[in-house]
Amino acid sequence: MFLYFLRRLGLMVFTLFGVSIAIFLLLRIAPGNIADILFDSAGMIDPAEKQKIISDLGLDQPLVIQYLHWLNGLVHGDFGYSYVSEKPVLQEVLPRIPITARLALLAILFAVCTGVPVGVVSAVRQNSAIDYVLRVFSLAALSMPAFWLGLLVLMAFVNWAGVLPIYDQAPDSLWAALLMFGVPAATVGLRSSALIMRLTRSSMLEVMRQDYIRTARSKGLSEPAVTFIHALRNAMLPVITTIGVETAFLFGGLVVTETVFNIPGVARFLVEAIRWRDYPMVQNLVMFIATVVVAVNLLVDLTYAIVDPRIRLGS
Amino acid sequence: MAPVLEVSGLSTVFHTRGGTVRAVQDMSFSVEPGELLAVVGESGCGKTMMALSLMRLIPSPPGKIVAGSVRVAGTDLLTLDEAAMRKARGSEIAMIFQEPMTALNPLLTVGRQISEMVALHENVSGKAARERAVEMLHHVRIPEPRRRAGEYPHQMSGGMRQRAMIAMALACKPKVLIADEPTTALDVTIQAQVLDLIDDLRQEMGTAVVLITHDLGVVAEVADRMIVMYAGRKVEEGGIGDLFADPKHPYLRGLLASVPRIGQPKRLQEIAGTVPPLSNLPPGCAFAPRCPSAIDTCRDTMPGLEPKRPNHLAACWVS
Amino acid sequence: MSELIYLARRYPLGVAGGLILVVFVFVAIFANAIAPLDPLTTNPKASLAPPGNTYLLGADMMGRDVLSRLIHGARISLAVALGATLIGSGLGALLGLASGYVGGWFDLVVQRLAEIMQSLPLLVMALVITASLGPSLTNTIIAIAIPLIPNVARVIRANVLSLRELNYVEAARAIGMRNSRIALLHVMPNTLAPLIVLATAQLGSTILTEASLSFLGLGVPEPYPSWGRMLSESAAEYMRSAPWLVIFPGVAISLVVFGANLFGDALRDYLDPRMGD
Repeated sequence: MFLYFLRRLGLMVFTLFGVSIAIFLLLRIAPGNIADILFDSAGMIDPAEKQKIISDLGLDQPLVIQYLHWLNGLVHGDFGYSYVSEKPVLQEVLPRIPITARLALLAILFAVCTGVPVGVVSAVRQNSAIDYVLRVFSLAALSMPAFWLGLLVLMAFVNWAGVLPIYDQAPDSLWAALLMFGVPAATVGLRSSALIMRLTRSSMLEVMRQDYIRTARSKGLSEPAVTFIHALRNAMLPVITTIGVETAFLFGGLVVTETVFNIPGVARFLVEAIRWRDYPMVQNLVMFIATVVVAVNLLVDLTYAIVDPRIRLGS
Repeated sequence: MAPVLEVSGLSTVFHTRGGTVRAVQDMSFSVEPGELLAVVGESGCGKTMMALSLMRLIPSPPGKIVAGSVRVAGTDLLTLDEAAMRKARGSEIAMIFQEPMTALNPLLTVGRQISEMVALHENVSGKAARERAVEMLHHVRIPEPRRRAGEYPHQMSGGMRQRAMIAMALACKPKVLIADEPTTALDVTIQAQVLDLIDDLRQEMGTAVVLITHDLGVVAEVADRMIVMYAGRKVEEGGIGDLFADPKHPYLRGLLASVPRIGQPKRLQEIAGTVPPLSNLPPGCAFAPRCPSAIDTCRDTMPGLEPKRPNHLAACWVS
Repeated sequence: MSELIYLARRYPLGVAGGLILVVFVFVAIFANAIAPLDPLTTNPKASLAPPGNTYLLGADMMGRDVLSRLIHGARISLAVALGATLIGSGLGALLGLASGYVGGWFDLVVQRLAEIMQSLPLLVMALVITASLGPSLTNTIIAIAIPLIPNVARVIRANVLSLRELNYVEAARAIGMRNSRIALLHVMPNTLAPLIVLATAQLGSTILTEASLSFLGLGVPEPYPSWGRMLSESAAEYMRSAPWLVIFPGVAISLVVFGANLFGDALRDYLDPRMGD
């Protein structure tokens, strides 16, 4: 078990290493020097100035050196400076992380707490009217673009409640805080909720067909006991793995949701950095996102390995 | 002694897209306490469906028990409401299945799966239930029962899993045990051990056992009496001595003849043809198309069960 | 014909989804003929006109007809989605096939590359690619196609691996059939079904990705009308004054994706007999 964990950790480091190379190269594929782009947009013309900036930023050195320089910085906690604000990357990003984290966690919580029960209901009442309705609804939820849902929610609030759940530095009441985080979390979590619901449903259906369910019934267990003590436990295994995959997807949803609700989180910051061509920022943000995704996946795999006795104890 | 299990006229059908499948037709038999009745037949003859019918575990949208009664110690199970039936399952009548690996929940310990049953049917504390689980494991001759009780099914061998299933089924001392091909998935050597175990336990606990199998060797080992099923019906019944020595129904004769014997120089004997689909049975005797001794009456009229000898019934016009 | 009716009975939702897709494809192809007005003509006097006689679904802040823009937007969104799905699934399938069948270090390398690519969320990767390549129609297609490749490759590879062990492949090898021939004749046709299901499932997500990219201003650029960009231009500012600007493009996106999902679901049920009823 410990070896398994170690091996996975090594794989994780290797993967992140690969990601760093990929992102580094990707941002430099574009024809045109970074300095040119910045330069032209800033409006400076003096070539000497431009040359100074280039050498300041280390852009005149060969790519490999630039990469190693960045990598070295990463390892030592020096993430460089933003091209745009000239402040250290860390200073810009750090305060935004808890905001996004809170949103993400709430979203996942929402998704699991709504998706699983609805999925169980749908599975237990397979092919009934309520099953069809739930399936159609979940499919509809999966078809709506997250940003449109956000816009609609905002519109609804504006037109009916007169309140805009826009982000505020310090919410003055619990109600305000709930609105501020809860509404965007539910919006971005709806899609995940639908996915989890569908997965729970198909997983439950699969499990209910198994022999051990028949055995449980032959012992005289009541239907609720069969469903919750025997079936649900087994059905949840694939759902656990999906949560890992969903986290990656959630980030994409957060990008647009934070934009729509004007929340100053990491995801929205990525878009801003891309728009401003702030390459050091983009690089580091992407590394951060990749690290979170890979780490969450590792965590999920570990959880799975612990929860399933067939893996935990071997044979 | 009064029989503890009395099945009378049991009929089960399945409504499928391909037609109505008459899985069990007019089954009647009885078993006394401590007796082992074997139910023999090919795959697809309805043995498992009959077993599930006794437990009322037939999946209800396509399937339905349409006629008959199943009396255990006088109470007809088919008339009970769902809650009462659930009480009966495990405490009055229990079942063990063919594939112990898939029949046990992989995520719960074996001990838990046994104690769950005890806690459900008897008013004992959790601790007492757990103790009983360990006791039962000991009873079925599993070494180190306490340790095994904390293990998961995948950590045990096939034979041990089957024993654990037996422990689970017998934990609440049911009056009837139905064993659906309990040894088919096991090695021959383990088979013998498990059969011995079932035999010993039924003698010790006085449980009536209905053993379903397609293996005549197993029947010869442990059974007292035997029923032969064909296409959902009972076609022969009697003590195994009588049936093996002088089978009256051509199907049983064919089955016995097809068992290979050492020193037999000739080709293996087979029964020509295949079992007819249960959704499209011919009128008259279902075995007629394959029967070497069939006459016209066989093909148009269903033979009833006649006693060909005392305590030896067969459904055949010819014998 | 009777086959169609049978299918309609068994998979009503799937057929409905398919019909929705067909309608949208039709609209996309014949956009020029169907659209009542030119989608690019601005008319300041009609700015923010509510749905009425001339502007059936209203007009945007520059006086452009929403309905016509929606109709032409179908062409763009579907073209991008289809292009990205075909390219991404095609390349992914080839990669997965080769990786699964050849094995060895090639497989290992591909696996690691796929893992690297999959550690980034789809939208984030697409964003970064458009950022580095620059916003254009083709770049958007490429940016959406590339993240699809590892997903498809993984599934196809798993499929190939399980097929390889099947008895009839061993039999073919035993009689001396060449590996490439086996791959082509035996393995590939059996990966076709899951591939089609996968590609159809991806169609919905590629439409959404394009919409998201365009919404953020990093997808399909001017002057092409894109549903996603129609929504960004109208965002918070006009929510109160011109709700039709927010509602209709979103409905269009959701409807088409819904149709694709319904169709994809039914297709999967049809091709996977194991699921039964």
